[in-house]
Amino acid sequence: MAVLLLADVTNGALATDAVAKALAAVVPLGDVHVLVAGQGGDAAAAEAATLTGVSKVLFAPDHGFCHTLAEPVADLIVGMGADYTHIAAAGTSDAKNVLPRVAALLDVMMISEVVTVIDAETFERPIYAGNAIQTVTSSDKVKVMTIRTAGFEAVAAGNAAPVETIGTAASTGLSEWVEDKVAASDRPELTSAGVVVSGGRGLGSQADFALIEKLADKLGAAVGASRAAVDSGYAPNDWQVGQTGKVVAPNLYVAVGISGAIQHLAGMKDSKIIVAINKDEEAPIFQVADYGLVADLFDALPELTSKL
Amino acid sequence: MKVLVPVKRVIDYNVKVRVKADGSGVDLANVKMSMNPFDEIAVEEAIRLREAGKVEEVVAVSIGVKQAQETLRTALAMGADRAILVVASEDVHQDIEPLAVAKILAAIVKEENPGLVLCGKQAIDNDMNATGQMLSALLGWSQATFASDVSIDGDHATVTREVDGGLQTIKVKMPTIISVDLRLNEPRYASLPNIMKAKKKPLDEKTPADYGVDVTPRLNVVKTVEPGTRKAGIIVKSVDELVAKLKEAGAV
Repeated sequence: MAVLLLADVTNGALATDAVAKALAAVVPLGDVHVLVAGQGGDAAAAEAATLTGVSKVLFAPDHGFCHTLAEPVADLIVGMGADYTHIAAAGTSDAKNVLPRVAALLDVMMISEVVTVIDAETFERPIYAGNAIQTVTSSDKVKVMTIRTAGFEAVAAGNAAPVETIGTAASTGLSEWVEDKVAASDRPELTSAGVVVSGGRGLGSQADFALIEKLADKLGAAVGASRAAVDSGYAPNDWQVGQTGKVVAPNLYVAVGISGAIQHLAGMKDSKIIVAINKDEEAPIFQVADYGLVADLFDALPELTSKL
Repeated sequence: MKVLVPVKRVIDYNVKVRVKADGSGVDLANVKMSMNPFDEIAVEEAIRLREAGKVEEVVAVSIGVKQAQETLRTALAMGADRAILVVASEDVHQDIEPLAVAKILAAIVKEENPGLVLCGKQAIDNDMNATGQMLSALLGWSQATFASDVSIDGDHATVTREVDGGLQTIKVKMPTIISVDLRLNEPRYASLPNIMKAKKKPLDEKTPADYGVDVTPRLNVVKTVEPGTRKAGIIVKSVDELVAKLKEAGAV
């Protein structure tokens, strides 16, 4: 049995944490070949080769695969698919875009957001915004799946797998990349940060969200937000933690002014230590918090920032 | 141009989900059902395109149980012109998989020849996030997923997508499949006169056999359970106590 793992690469940089966690999920299934697609991915391919459990890196350096455009990348994977029992990737926005297309072209079902690999055919995945966990078995010839990486420990580096250069893109002419608008930030990336500080509607305004950012910077943390805060315009959508945003599992998660709607809990409840600060003592967030502080965040946040 | 909008009948997003004690699934008997929220955004976008003169006709499609005709009536009340219901199951607990749905939709696309399919990025019940991409694959069309901005210009569409790091803009060739994300628009409420009018709009009823599609599931659901719960911790009395506890736990 062999697994093809599509690596997430953005502007030539490997999403190391996501790939290393996805590897932890799929290494028990067999030989793992990591696919790095896109011109300029040389460094990403070399880095992928250092990750434990990788038996080979396949590097497709054609310009047509850049920005992981779904149509050419899906065609590339389908062309390789006959050699694999599993085609997987960390559940990033790129993988969610590409892999269902691969599955349909192979006439197999998609298995999205796998949280547990029980055996080669049996998987657990959350449904209903994490309100239920479903165990499914697939008898399809190839299992195509995305991995929800939050619950997996990243594999270590120290490997030296061979890197093999492969195929060129048949240009599909169906789509072209125009631009990326990525907020530049010195803070750690949300899904791989060791500490996350998130704000909710309790902040009351975009200006007051700066209080969250100050605490985050003190802790070297990434900044998150609840969907309510995003919908209210206090924070950008790529900060959103929850079922409709990102799923995180840091060592420390600090939820400030967040009531704890189920959709938010689905995105952070695997965090190791959860701190909740909310003035409403009935807020559901306290039911999952290790340490709860019932207080007005406008008093507690500056005090906490100064005392840490 | 004609637009096809697939809509799914799912548990209302405000209803608390209850997992059946025997592990057989989520209890959907006598539970309020509504249109999948992402699909409402797709319907709204299609109607706006028609209002802007880019589109002549909006056709809503639903694949599922017979009761999905209520969901289609909602789409018609919002402003869709006509609807197609494909009755693929008699049991509300049987979810029709994205692959089968995509195959039925592909057959409908071949009959209807729309220039655009607008769909929700995922259904809030099975959380698969797959149907749009699969349909695009089966048709050999371009795809633009997780859209937060759409502009159609002749034989191309320019779509801004919600991606992990922020936003990405791509240009796709028409005909295309666009799957929509939350921030694309705010769906309208149907007015009472429009709800009345919707009752008279055409709604065709079909079966998967009409399209030659086998809807037998590929995934066998072994069991469905409640997620493990975290136990609540302690309430601290002050910021000082919180800082002390975090230091004790080695978290800061």
